[in-house]
Amino acid sequence: MLQVEDLTVRFPGPRGSGLVGAVDAVAGVGLSLARGQVLAVLGPSGCGKSTLLRAIAGLEHVDAGRILLAGADLAGVPTHRRGCALMFQDGQLFDHRSVAANVGYALRLRRRPRREVAARVEELLDLVGLTGYGDRAPATLSGGERQRVALARALATEPRLLLLDEPLSALDRSLRESLAADLRQILVAAGTTAVWVTHDHEEAFTVADRLAVMQDGRVVQEGTPAEVWRHPADARTALFLGYATVLEGSAAARIHQVLGSPDPAVRRPVALRRSALRLDAAGPLAGTVVAVRASPEVIRLRVRVDGLGEVDAVAGREHPAIPGDEVGLAVDPDRLAVLPSGAAPSHLTAPTP
Amino acid sequence: MTRTSRRPGTTTASVVGVVAAGVPLAVLAVFFVLPVGGMLARGFVDDGTFDPGGVLQVLTRPRVHRVLAFTVLSAGSATVLAVLLGVPAAYVLSRLRFPGVRLLRAVVVVPFVLPTVVVGVAFRQLFAAAGPLGGLGLDGTPVAIVLALVFFNIAVVVRTVGAQWDGLDPRREEAAAALGARPAQVWWTVTLPALRPAIVSAASVVFLFCATAFGVVLTLGGLRYATVETEIYLLTTTFLDLQAAAALSLLQILAVVALLLLAHRARATEVALARVDRPRRRPRPRDAWAFVVLGLVLALVVAPVATLVARSLRTADGWGFDHYRALAAGPTEGGSNALRVPVTTAVENSLRIAVDATVVAVVLGLLVVLVTTRPRPAGRRAARWARALDGIFMLPLGVSAVTLGFGFLVTLDRPPLDLRSSGMLVPIAQAMVALPLVVRVLSPVLGSIDDRQRQAAATLGAGPLRVLRDVDLALVWRPLLAAAGFAFAVSLGEFGATSFLSRADRPTLPVVIFQLISRPGVDNAAMATAAAVVLGALIVSVMALVELVPRRGRIA
Repeated sequence: MLQVEDLTVRFPGPRGSGLVGAVDAVAGVGLSLARGQVLAVLGPSGCGKSTLLRAIAGLEHVDAGRILLAGADLAGVPTHRRGCALMFQDGQLFDHRSVAANVGYALRLRRRPRREVAARVEELLDLVGLTGYGDRAPATLSGGERQRVALARALATEPRLLLLDEPLSALDRSLRESLAADLRQILVAAGTTAVWVTHDHEEAFTVADRLAVMQDGRVVQEGTPAEVWRHPADARTALFLGYATVLEGSAAARIHQVLGSPDPAVRRPVALRRSALRLDAAGPLAGTVVAVRASPEVIRLRVRVDGLGEVDAVAGREHPAIPGDEVGLAVDPDRLAVLPSGAAPSHLTAPTP
Repeated sequence: MTRTSRRPGTTTASVVGVVAAGVPLAVLAVFFVLPVGGMLARGFVDDGTFDPGGVLQVLTRPRVHRVLAFTVLSAGSATVLAVLLGVPAAYVLSRLRFPGVRLLRAVVVVPFVLPTVVVGVAFRQLFAAAGPLGGLGLDGTPVAIVLALVFFNIAVVVRTVGAQWDGLDPRREEAAAALGARPAQVWWTVTLPALRPAIVSAASVVFLFCATAFGVVLTLGGLRYATVETEIYLLTTTFLDLQAAAALSLLQILAVVALLLLAHRARATEVALARVDRPRRRPRPRDAWAFVVLGLVLALVVAPVATLVARSLRTADGWGFDHYRALAAGPTEGGSNALRVPVTTAVENSLRIAVDATVVAVVLGLLVVLVTTRPRPAGRRAARWARALDGIFMLPLGVSAVTLGFGFLVTLDRPPLDLRSSGMLVPIAQAMVALPLVVRVLSPVLGSIDDRQRQAAATLGAGPLRVLRDVDLALVWRPLLAAAGFAFAVSLGEFGATSFLSRADRPTLPVVIFQLISRPGVDNAAMATAAAVVLGALIVSVMALVELVPRRGRIA
């Protein structure tokens, strides 16, 4: 359905410097997406993911490469003829129009009869769970409601492709989680093909059929969420996906040994979740507790382990530990990922959230 | 990620942009640059030879020195006084809550829209020997001129500073107080620094208005106390010394451009403040002094207007509408009064001209603003062009209306531009005077529209024209109405350029008023007050109508 080939978007450098200092915000990106699927583009802020989205919408000048929608090249097609609805981070509702007029905007543009528009608007408001909100002014809505209206407005165009630019990042955490699940359901129910840009890996996993990870203007990994999750392409990607620590060299070898790897020479880097090591007196690793922090479900520890350095570990609430305790640790193979060799430049740790 | 963008299809967009910018530029070139340039050229060319030395010679004349000194001194002291009175008044009117505050806010703003000629007549009546303040002996003194200038411009200070004050976060002051600052220390360390940009900007605008004031100085100062602007008028009309007039015009243009650039610099370094909506509080005992200042301001505003109205109603034997009837009756047999047409005809002329001028100013202003506020990536050539364009259309603000009017006369008098007999000369000149105001009213509104609103509409299938209609025009229509009201009021009261251009058989109301006060005779003076009341009432009702247009909830 959507085919992006070798796309490059270049931003000019600082004032008056011409091409000197120009940055490739999007550098040679290739992507493809089948009809009815949701692609999440995941990356840290400034990685070029929003620019990619805006280029697909026709809002950025493309310096190289092609964008094909249903086989047709979009070059030179102005935004309003592309059939790609874009949903902004803050909704960008028209505050001078009612909710119903916002949702029905695209239909009015197409000169559909008033009655048909009203019926369709009602249907869409039902779909996003805002039945009866038609006469409200957007300014009176909460952030979550505004985003639902923005989605309904975008869906009203029956877009060939729906583009969502961090649609939930302006909302608070609990709302974000529930709304992400809702939006996913709505998109699936409507059979919409969508590109969903986000910097939140949990959101990406909730909504996506396919996942593309972007860094510095490039797509560094693409696949199903499960594949990407199990096999991050490199250390940076692993850390961005929520892995806490990447071990390499002898430290990685120690983990491989514990896991029973047949070949002691294997030294591929290992990315650990915070819960990859569990307090277990019978466990194969031994270490000293450095710090303890209680959370509602588990107790989180920092443990200095011989041969690994300082790493995260968890303990059940029934295992109180205090700094200085000598403890044993077991390794949970489902909570770590083995990276391709040479993927970790050095010992890396995710910034503490 | 919210950058402005380069989009596909920019070639058509830039063609439209060039056309939209081209029309106002062409109009400005023909009806502003050509006349003003022609006027200045006459000063430089003496007997067919280029003679810049003669212009410099003018600047050494003692009378010119007196005029310059008086301009700077009167404008300076009026500015200081307007700020000293206006800031406390802004405090009361924008921070405190008490019955009648809305009415007071409206009253304080009225003088700004009153025509200069009306204000001149009102202050003359106030300080005349027989007037209520005749005992002060201020008639015909610089003090009267300065007070009249303050009267005009106090609204600028109250509005500009009040708007800033209204949006200040009170928690900043509360934090200072909680850290142990006394009220006076809070004012000096927190409030005043936050208000400084607004005060500076208001003061520079007030100084500009005062230094280029025409009608009020001419009616109150006459020949004795002339500012640069009135001196240009006297030199061209009375002394026919075009060279000196051109020299002064040039000097004025340079000074005003310099001032505008300085003000622009000051604005550019302004710190954006987080604006909050805050409830206004009830007055406290220590606000008493601010109320005293507000009382002074109100007295300054109300006294001349009340005197004017009272004088227009007083007849030889009591009170009545005799003077209004005399106005409507028109010229008397034998010409015992100074009227050449019945005042109803003048009102009709004024209204008809004002409609034309408003249409021209609003259409041009809208085109200019649509071009200059189009979002563009910073640092591109187009962005620099847009800024330059914005500045160019501010030029009429800095050029003496008198220069403009006289320039029209001397340049638009031969084919293919022989417009002297056409009825469009006066409306076009007035539109040029009103254009900067229209641009200034619309520019911030259109400039503050988030470009992503347009992008959202485009991704929903709206073409460029539809986006213009549904986003830009939908958001700007109310300010557009305000701008039209402003332009209409400016046109109704415009006197500087109109005094040259209006035809004897089709005078506007301000011209009639000036004719009446320039002639001796008690009757003429009384009829001038009546005509001034008519003009003032006309303008105030236009502005009130604009205010009455329902606001729709629009959240920025």
